[in-house]
Amino acid sequence: MKQSSTFRISVLVFGFAFLYIPILSLIVYSFNKSRLVTVWGGFSTQWYGRLLENRQILDAAWLSVKIAATNATGAVILGTLAGLALARFGKFRGRTLLSGMTTAPLVMPEVITGLSLLMLFVVMESAFGWPAGRGFTTITIAHMTLTLAYVTVIVQSRLSSLDDSLEEAAMDLGARPAKIFFVITLPIIAPALVSGWLLAFTISLDDLVIASFVSGPGASTLPMVIFSKVRLGVSPDINALATIIVLLVTLGVIAAGIFLARQEKRRQRDMQMAAAAK
Amino acid sequence: MATNPRPQQQLAVWNDPQAVPYVHIDRVTKKFGDFVAVNDVSLKIYKKELFCLLGGSGCGKTTLLRMLAGFEEPTSGKLFIDGVDMTGIPPYERPVNMMFQSYALFPHMTVEQNVAFGLKQDGVPKDEIAARVDDMLKLVRLQQFARRKPHQLSGGQRQRVALARSLVKRPKLLLLDEPLGALDKKLREHTQFELVNIQEQLGVTFVVVTHDQEEAMTLSTRIGVMNAGEIVQVGTPKDIYEFPSSKFVAEFIGNVNMFEGRLIEDEPDHVRIDSPELGGTIYVDHGVSSAPDAVVFAAIRPEKINISVEPPEQTDNVAQGTVKEIAYMGDVSVYLVQLASNKIVRVTQPNTYRHAEASITWDQTVYLSWHASSPVVVSE
Amino acid sequence: MNARAEAPRRHRHSAGVQLILDFLNRLPPYRWTQARLVRWGITGRTLATAIPYFWLLLFFLVPFIIVLKISFSEARIGIPPYQPLLSWLDGNVAQINVQLKNFANLILDSLYWRAYLNSIKVAAISTVLCLLIGYPMAYAIARAQSTWRHILLMMVILPFWTSFLLRVYAWIGILKNNGLINNFLMWTGLIDEPIVMLQTDFAIYVGIVYSYLPFMILPLYSNLEKMDLTLLEAAADLGARPFKTFLTITLPLSLPGIIAGSMLVFIPAVGEFVIPELLGPSDSLMIGKVLWQVFFTKRDWPAACAVAIALLLLLVIPIVMLQRAQAADARGAHR
Repeated sequence: MKQSSTFRISVLVFGFAFLYIPILSLIVYSFNKSRLVTVWGGFSTQWYGRLLENRQILDAAWLSVKIAATNATGAVILGTLAGLALARFGKFRGRTLLSGMTTAPLVMPEVITGLSLLMLFVVMESAFGWPAGRGFTTITIAHMTLTLAYVTVIVQSRLSSLDDSLEEAAMDLGARPAKIFFVITLPIIAPALVSGWLLAFTISLDDLVIASFVSGPGASTLPMVIFSKVRLGVSPDINALATIIVLLVTLGVIAAGIFLARQEKRRQRDMQMAAAAK
Repeated sequence: MATNPRPQQQLAVWNDPQAVPYVHIDRVTKKFGDFVAVNDVSLKIYKKELFCLLGGSGCGKTTLLRMLAGFEEPTSGKLFIDGVDMTGIPPYERPVNMMFQSYALFPHMTVEQNVAFGLKQDGVPKDEIAARVDDMLKLVRLQQFARRKPHQLSGGQRQRVALARSLVKRPKLLLLDEPLGALDKKLREHTQFELVNIQEQLGVTFVVVTHDQEEAMTLSTRIGVMNAGEIVQVGTPKDIYEFPSSKFVAEFIGNVNMFEGRLIEDEPDHVRIDSPELGGTIYVDHGVSSAPDAVVFAAIRPEKINISVEPPEQTDNVAQGTVKEIAYMGDVSVYLVQLASNKIVRVTQPNTYRHAEASITWDQTVYLSWHASSPVVVSE
Repeated sequence: MNARAEAPRRHRHSAGVQLILDFLNRLPPYRWTQARLVRWGITGRTLATAIPYFWLLLFFLVPFIIVLKISFSEARIGIPPYQPLLSWLDGNVAQINVQLKNFANLILDSLYWRAYLNSIKVAAISTVLCLLIGYPMAYAIARAQSTWRHILLMMVILPFWTSFLLRVYAWIGILKNNGLINNFLMWTGLIDEPIVMLQTDFAIYVGIVYSYLPFMILPLYSNLEKMDLTLLEAAADLGARPFKTFLTITLPLSLPGIIAGSMLVFIPAVGEFVIPELLGPSDSLMIGKVLWQVFFTKRDWPAACAVAIALLLLLVIPIVMLQRAQAADARGAHR
């Protein structure tokens, strides 16, 4: 028994070292004075200053955030509808196709998704004149198509684990289907929608390949700018940017973790109280 | 065995041919694909009844209930509630409420909001909602928990919220799906009586689905026993227990000893059955309608068999055997007695005085006997 | 029980929605529209299904048909840079112009098929490496104490939320000639000359394993965590030693997790572009990178489309395997 737990601990230590050393190295070298990223030249925060002066990166970041937020909102709306249809409407004509179209984007290589959407936009523009040019709109549409699949999976699995007698009870008490959706279903699955939104936001913010295909001149997202810079080699202000992103994500995840832990604790206290109140 | 808390005589409405049924199930069949869940069921349930649908899992009882609530449409046949054909009427427009097996309390609403939900859907004025919710919570003794969320309640409290929520709209018919299934044994017994009290107080017709025969016996005015999508017998708890109409019902409700035999005497006032399994004849003091020489079964309840060391004086309704197993249960003792044919007979004897069970021991030869009114003759 | 402890936390949100809906219900135009729609057979249900349906048909299915169409046409210089399949001669004679050249090239030009084979090889080796690292990790997490389990799981997911591109970028700094590893090895005196690691196939493997490890760990973890531990106790009770128990009980039962995790790594790895581009040799033959170059550098749209179609066909089998494994896993969960 002792042996196996030593083995397990060492597996975890090595595994997490592999996962985290690259990220830590990014952070450490973002405070390096030297331009040569991996040669330590003393502590400095100059690259953060440089980053904040870099209009190109700031504009790209702002564009990416706008796209990500629009995308996440749209994906949550469409994904909720699709998840609802798949989990609750029983067997309807074309269900298999819908189910296939919502899972396929998850495993489709990005180069294929990007290429095919670009082809569509080109054909559409020449046929209908819309979307005129490529940029914010086309990237958002492309990202929504990809991320609505993730939201659908989340919503569908949440709904299938939700006792359908809740919705039946509401119907039995006189509520009509549309009202049941807004007053019963939606509030209960809200946490799943929040995580779906965050996931859609992150995927959009992170995407390079699809955005590169469907974007046009003048519309460069943050990953596109980063990519064009790092292609030429390491650059300390990118380290600074990475540090900021890692910091934001970590804070977010820790906050979410604390929030969930608190809720769990309160829930357990409530249950004990309920058991005692018999 | 459970006792029926209500007097019987006042409610013989189902024997009155003039009475108008409140719920009329008319030759209803429900199929899911090839599977027949409910097969050509007809049933009349009267006002203020507490009717139990009793059966094992998958016998179609819940499907029947869900059709009354409107969650499933019959494949064929019709359902009438208070004389109105329910075909095509959605659940939210039926004068029926349901209490769910899982209780289905809305987790994001307080007890108060849960109970008020149904009234809000009907556009009842605010102060009336408040008053009626309050009354209902008083009835189920949950006033001090009004502001709690369902997860802050114990199982019994949740059950009472579910009951309050389904009653607050004053439905004429309340459907209850395994209402006590999620409670532990002690609480269940207590709640059974509470449920009957509330039903009588409000004068609502209850249709209860349960797989627990003891629960059905305690609660109901009448029981409908279901098997494989069909209603096999409808009757009062006493009818069902004392006069099962088939081998299935006899074996499903309580314990029973089944003796296979052949009718050798078939008179209007008595029958005699020759049963090689028993190693003797069974005399029954009432007539049965069966072809002479037919193979029949005599069903005898374990508590109606007497066990003795000395041979009894009667010649019918007697068997000799060896005690193979004795189980002391406290209130009664159970004996498993092996006959010459190797058939095992189950006998229960009340322990009316201390050490009553001590006179009979393992491997002792004993005599079993019963009164001529005790056996019920059923066919396969 | 004091009253403050159970202060009412009403759902203002749902109360608000209810108010709005009630108000809408009373408006005559709303009622009228609703009645009309229902008469035409359009209910909330059909609308809820139709909107995402239409979206996915237009933006997911139609694009593939267009790609398929373009892959059969001939490249030209112009906008758009391909010949139409159907052209009109003299105004009323249709001419169909189907080219199989693009697909023939996939076989004739060794660049393409070597890229396909190499992508499969790289993806397969990376998948095996991911499994070798990911399985013990998933196993260790699944068997950890429940308080630790959540933290460890969170730590597996956390990198996934940070930028993929930046995490790949981090490896440039680690692997390059004057990077972390070489600096460290030279400092210890183990080597005198830096080992060339960046822009090699080795770097591609490191990048893929690193980026996709969470995709391997998560399905494996959820499978191993669900496993009934009394099975292992039963095996031990019947005399199996721990390693034997692992081989005969744990490993076969976790097969759906292994397949799901492997496919989740293999499928995106085959079409990977960023990792070979940033970490691999400039002439590395990965099909995602080839597609990118054909499209952006050579600007041969029909050829790029043909490459995409062929890549998709290549992935059909692993995608089907993935769906089977996930369905099997879901069935197991319901039991």
